[in-house]
Amino acid sequence: MTEITVPAARAQPVDRTRAKRKAAWRRRRLVLLLMAPWLIGFSVFFGYPLVMSVYLSFTHYDLLSSPKWIGTANYRYLFTQDSQVGGAVKNTLWIIAVMVPLQVIFAFGVATMLARARRGVGFFRTIFYLPALAPPVAATLAFVYILNPATGPVNILLQHLGIDGPLWFQSPGWSKPSLTILGLWGVGNIMIIFLAAVLDVPRHLYESAELDGAGPFQRMRWVTLPTISPVILFSVVIGVIAGLQYFTQAYVAANVASGQASQAGDQTVNNLGYPEASTLFYPVLLYQHGFRYFNMGYASAMSVMLLLVAFTVTVLIIRNSRRWVHYVGAAK
Amino acid sequence: MRRVGIGLLVALVLGAAVIAATARTTANAGTSAAKAKNITIWVGWSAAELKAFKGVVAEYDRKHSDVTVKVVGGINDDKITAAIRSGKVPDVVSSFTSANVGSYCNSGAWIDLKPFLSKDKIDVNMFPKTSQYYTQYKGKRCALPLLADVYGFYYNKKMFKAAGLTSPPKTMSQLTAYAKKLTKKNSDGSIKVAGYNPFLGFYAGNAPDLSAYAPLFGAKYVDGGGKSMISRDPAWNRMMKWQKSLVDWYGYKKLQKFNAGAADEFSASHAFEIGKLAMMIDGEWRVAFIGREHPSLDYGTAPAPVDDAHPELYGAGYVNGTIIGIPKGVKNKDEAWALVKYLTTDSHALAIFSNGVRNVPTTKASLSSKDIKPDAHFKTFLKIFANPNSKTTPITAAGNAYGSLIQAFAVKYQAGHGGDLSGGLKKLDKQIDAQLKQAQAGGVP
Repeated sequence: MTEITVPAARAQPVDRTRAKRKAAWRRRRLVLLLMAPWLIGFSVFFGYPLVMSVYLSFTHYDLLSSPKWIGTANYRYLFTQDSQVGGAVKNTLWIIAVMVPLQVIFAFGVATMLARARRGVGFFRTIFYLPALAPPVAATLAFVYILNPATGPVNILLQHLGIDGPLWFQSPGWSKPSLTILGLWGVGNIMIIFLAAVLDVPRHLYESAELDGAGPFQRMRWVTLPTISPVILFSVVIGVIAGLQYFTQAYVAANVASGQASQAGDQTVNNLGYPEASTLFYPVLLYQHGFRYFNMGYASAMSVMLLLVAFTVTVLIIRNSRRWVHYVGAAK
Repeated sequence: MRRVGIGLLVALVLGAAVIAATARTTANAGTSAAKAKNITIWVGWSAAELKAFKGVVAEYDRKHSDVTVKVVGGINDDKITAAIRSGKVPDVVSSFTSANVGSYCNSGAWIDLKPFLSKDKIDVNMFPKTSQYYTQYKGKRCALPLLADVYGFYYNKKMFKAAGLTSPPKTMSQLTAYAKKLTKKNSDGSIKVAGYNPFLGFYAGNAPDLSAYAPLFGAKYVDGGGKSMISRDPAWNRMMKWQKSLVDWYGYKKLQKFNAGAADEFSASHAFEIGKLAMMIDGEWRVAFIGREHPSLDYGTAPAPVDDAHPELYGAGYVNGTIIGIPKGVKNKDEAWALVKYLTTDSHALAIFSNGVRNVPTTKASLSSKDIKPDAHFKTFLKIFANPNSKTTPITAAGNAYGSLIQAFAVKYQAGHGGDLSGGLKKLDKQIDAQLKQAQAGGVP
């Protein structure tokens, strides 16, 4: 008797579905496996700290004993009673409103000049980029020394020219401008990006504009700036985020300028914000509360607010950028 | 087959050798463990001061063959906190920041020493009252004092002689007059030699939170109820007005320039040591620094001048000090306590260490120990330490957070940006009370 078997054609739909599912799962597994290093790193170094910060912001936590739930008390103190927060926010806003635009303009200016250079291009690019490689602590130490109002070479030179130099890092009015000068000196990273963007502007656009009678300024305004506008957006966003997190240079400058450099890290003296809280930026105050005053719960509340502000500001900038950023080749 | 057999035999022999060696090592370790336990102590001292501390510990090692002590220097409170949080703690820790004892005791990060003190029948009254205060928080004693820092007055005898001054000033008005007399200026009006530099933040004697001046004016921080009373105590008003008036006489910007040109406080070019400063308030450690760096400097020490309204305070000064304790999680508690007890209560050990770093020994008995090297300059600080009017700053659970608020206002006021003093001090009281409430209120000195 001939054995009856189910024709292969009828068994195929079920097998095919199962096989498809298995293949899809294998693909997903492979993707997860390849993404695992990033996922683990993201979870351990960003996700977990973020969740913990939010949790700790609702607790009283002194780093040494278990967190104690206190609800919104930290936030109420932050918004209504901390007398130092207002000044810290103003200082941080100053950095964003003054240092960031100056850095973008200065980086663009240097990049434009470098793009036009004919001789020694490599040399000049290196010279202008090198400061960005200097470690921030060393660079700040050097600047505080150079701008020392009594013994620094800048004020000695000014004295020879008959000018009574400012107190730089010793003056509350000049401390932030001094940090801005330091920031401009180290603008190499953004400068390199601007240089690449400026060099990438299509030549024919300049030629067309020239043919239409556009002068150098008009070519800059109507050709260069719109073409590199995505890079400007990037620089502004990165600059604002860096400004909101401004810490290292302020910390080092305050300690060194106050004459207590040997005591940096030592909690017997507190020079953060020197002089007169003019360099007490929001992240510096956050650090002070978390690590000097054993007030990590409150510091966590400050960090959550900082995250929200940074997120909001970034969204606003990107939304606003639709009006002035042009992506080459993008559909209208 | 033969090769397999030889191979097996070799493997067996090697294995037996490894087992025997391990057993011997374990046996040795067991025997060694019975001989000496290793304990570690973390301290803040470094360089010459660390060497002096290691000398004291070496003496302890010689007297206690059952323990070997490893000393790690250059530690600060950030490292101590990180170690406690990680669970990998040394057996004994020491900190220069007594202001943090509130957190350490309150959180249990440093263990309660009362059971050990009771077991060994040690009466804490062997320490002066001020040192007792800054080593506990709300009655919980988690630390003991290990040498104190006492602030007194240093003056350049050669400059005094040249100016016709025969003795150090005893009141603030005398200090002001002497400062003006001893100050020398360059042709461009900048300060060449400062008679006395009152600028807050210039060296430790001008602590920007006014802590070094507060005992000299009898200024109180908190009332009996734990509320900040800076605006209600007229001493603060007088203290800040005096300080600002002298800053104004010199010129704020001129003092800033002078300070910027002065060397780091712990360098050998310290302004007083090289003759750029005629008088200063500083800690007792300066005696050792001058002895090492400028032994030929002709100088004198005395109690710091006091508020004219309170001449009875003369002889007192600001006191603070190093604290020592046992962090939680330590396994060798008994050995750790034995070391802490030796370092803090043994008069000989305290005296020897005091000789090495020229800090003040912190038991009443050790103050008059024959082992203390006689030194006329240093003797001044022993007397200041023993003075009942010598005070320290309040201990809270938030470190020196309130000090930062005082500092923020005081530096603005000295610059002329603080506005009305009385109004500013009232606002400061409210800020401090809010902050203490936020971080848990502390005790009173």
